[in-house]
Amino acid sequence: MSNQNENENQPETEAETEALPEPEGASDLIETDYEIGQDNITPQIGPLGLDIHNPVFAISAAVIIAFVVAVLAVGGEASASFFGDLRGYLTSTFDWFFIIAGNIFVIVCLGILVSPLGKVRIGGVDATPDYSYAGWFAMLFAAGMGIGLMFFGVLEPVYYFGTPWGDQPLGRDIGIIDGELADPATVEAARLTAMAATIYHWGLHPWAIYAIVALSLALFAYNKGLPLTVRSIFYPIFGERIWGWPGHLIDILAVFATLFGLATSLGLGAKQAASGIGFVFGMDWVGGSITAAVVLISIITLLALISVLRGLDGGVKILSEINMVLAGLLLVFILAVGPTMTLVSQFFGNLGAYFSDIFALSNPVGREDDGYRQGWTAFYWAWWISWSPFVGMFIARVSRGRSVREFITCVLLIPTVVSAIWMTVFGGTGIDQIIEMATESGVYSYVVASYVPELSLFGMLADLPLASITSVLAIILVIVFFVTSSDSGSLVIDTITAGGKINAPVSQRVFWVLFEGVVASVLLIGGGLAALQAASVSTGLPFAIVLLLACYALVRGLMAEPRE
Amino acid sequence: MYKQILVPVDLTHVDRLGKALQTAADLSRHYDAPVCYVGVTPETPSPVAHNPKEFAQKLEAFGNRQASEHGITATTRSYSSTDPAIDINKTLKKAVEESGADLVVMASHIPNVTDYIWPSHGGWVAEHSSASVFVVR
Repeated sequence: MSNQNENENQPETEAETEALPEPEGASDLIETDYEIGQDNITPQIGPLGLDIHNPVFAISAAVIIAFVVAVLAVGGEASASFFGDLRGYLTSTFDWFFIIAGNIFVIVCLGILVSPLGKVRIGGVDATPDYSYAGWFAMLFAAGMGIGLMFFGVLEPVYYFGTPWGDQPLGRDIGIIDGELADPATVEAARLTAMAATIYHWGLHPWAIYAIVALSLALFAYNKGLPLTVRSIFYPIFGERIWGWPGHLIDILAVFATLFGLATSLGLGAKQAASGIGFVFGMDWVGGSITAAVVLISIITLLALISVLRGLDGGVKILSEINMVLAGLLLVFILAVGPTMTLVSQFFGNLGAYFSDIFALSNPVGREDDGYRQGWTAFYWAWWISWSPFVGMFIARVSRGRSVREFITCVLLIPTVVSAIWMTVFGGTGIDQIIEMATESGVYSYVVASYVPELSLFGMLADLPLASITSVLAIILVIVFFVTSSDSGSLVIDTITAGGKINAPVSQRVFWVLFEGVVASVLLIGGGLAALQAASVSTGLPFAIVLLLACYALVRGLMAEPRE
Repeated sequence: MYKQILVPVDLTHVDRLGKALQTAADLSRHYDAPVCYVGVTPETPSPVAHNPKEFAQKLEAFGNRQASEHGITATTRSYSSTDPAIDINKTLKKAVEESGADLVVMASHIPNVTDYIWPSHGGWVAEHSSASVFVVR
């Protein structure tokens, strides 16, 4: 704390420091007395030397362990209902806030895109990109959504089309009631609403959240020379105080949200993958088996460990590219054997419905559709926001050399189109199966008749040809996506807990990979995954406020930069 | 016998390099071979430098100091990487090739159990390049 006070008393010390060279071409470097790593300690634990930020590393690890222990002590069910209630309370009370915040993020991104600020280049005006478009896009897409698209691609559109629970978007009519299809006009309207409402949750808004965080981090690290850690974004607001406790808190919150987000989705994802394997191979005992899920977590963690040890280019990048190819194959296959022409002709209709309904869907007040608005939209926004430090840090790290306009196009606009294509093909096929087969379809039985969300994708694939091949491909894809997230998440947590150093000893990222697998397994065995997932999503509210401040810091930071 | 000596340096821990730097300088004078100091930096800001360009400048200044201190001919090469903790071996190999070095002099840590998981950089370079490698303890 003494540092902090000294800094406040003497803000002008530029005269002492030599002028910093600009990165590549002109940029607006921030002169600060803070030296990266000045708060780091380098303890020697056995044969392992560490290089960690004090106190962010210790507090993050302690808080995470304490949380896990507390949840296990209270019991999975009791804590799940507590945090579930907390999350429910936050999303139903502050739904308007989440929705407004989401709209602000989109508007800020689009504003930057069309304004002269789009001409700023990340890393200085002469910087050149480290990655090709394909490698870059594969990485940001795998980090940003990957696994979610597998889980929700069929589930969400079908759910909105036929939900018997009264939480359809905008309170419009659904397409199938008690197993009876509505008249064709209503069915078509319900289909368009379902697609629009789904694309809304996977389109501009989530990517705008990621883009704000990623662009801010990239700007403050590559152009302004601050450490690559979440606190650096807030330099224009808090000044030198950011190196003290306000910054520690932001970083700890980011580590907490990232690790719990990853560990709980790893645990829940392993259960889903186990159900998928049980379903595909007709082995019912695998589906509900905790042992099978723990084995899957171990496999995923082991693969992530190998990937982490191969580094960014040899690990995450290659995995992301494998993901893109596999996901592309699956998509093309479904498009080919599914209702091809219907899907192709529907695509532009779906995008049109998205753009015409986006105003009604993103309206924060005066709506009746509480189930959809609070239970889905606000939940998603909290979820995306709680993931944004992780995804943002990762995207930032690989985005040096891109212009801001290029960045927003590739992080906001193209992913929105890709999500729309994905939802059109996966959800469109699911809805088409309901329209064709009504209650006979697999998706109807897993989404509407009884709610078994983890089987929705497999139910859809089962009604298409070559189901045994595509289902196995889907399971592999789920696992590889998890390995990718586990790897990139560990890199991010390691960087934050090392005070922004990306070259800390490799043993640290190994620690985080293993720690994440252990947390996921312990929670799976002891119960409490749902509780901690709810807890991590609950960090979405404080982070939403933090991100609104980040918008301001970002625009100010960009305005100070030279343009091409 | 040797025409070009390559010395990898970690600018964060220059204090630990004394022996390796002295060894390199002595060999340089003995064989009349110039020394190339090589450094690998992350592209993100690091404790040493805010960006790769600043790192390159600092490395050059370091090389010049070594040259005048030991009376040798010195050059420097700076490499940046998106993941230096992992890419360091490959980058060193590249530096050996690009500088045409036939002798690498580098400081090493005290070997311990983790070497089974993460082999030393010196060992890797010896295995993967044609240069002789002198690991200084």
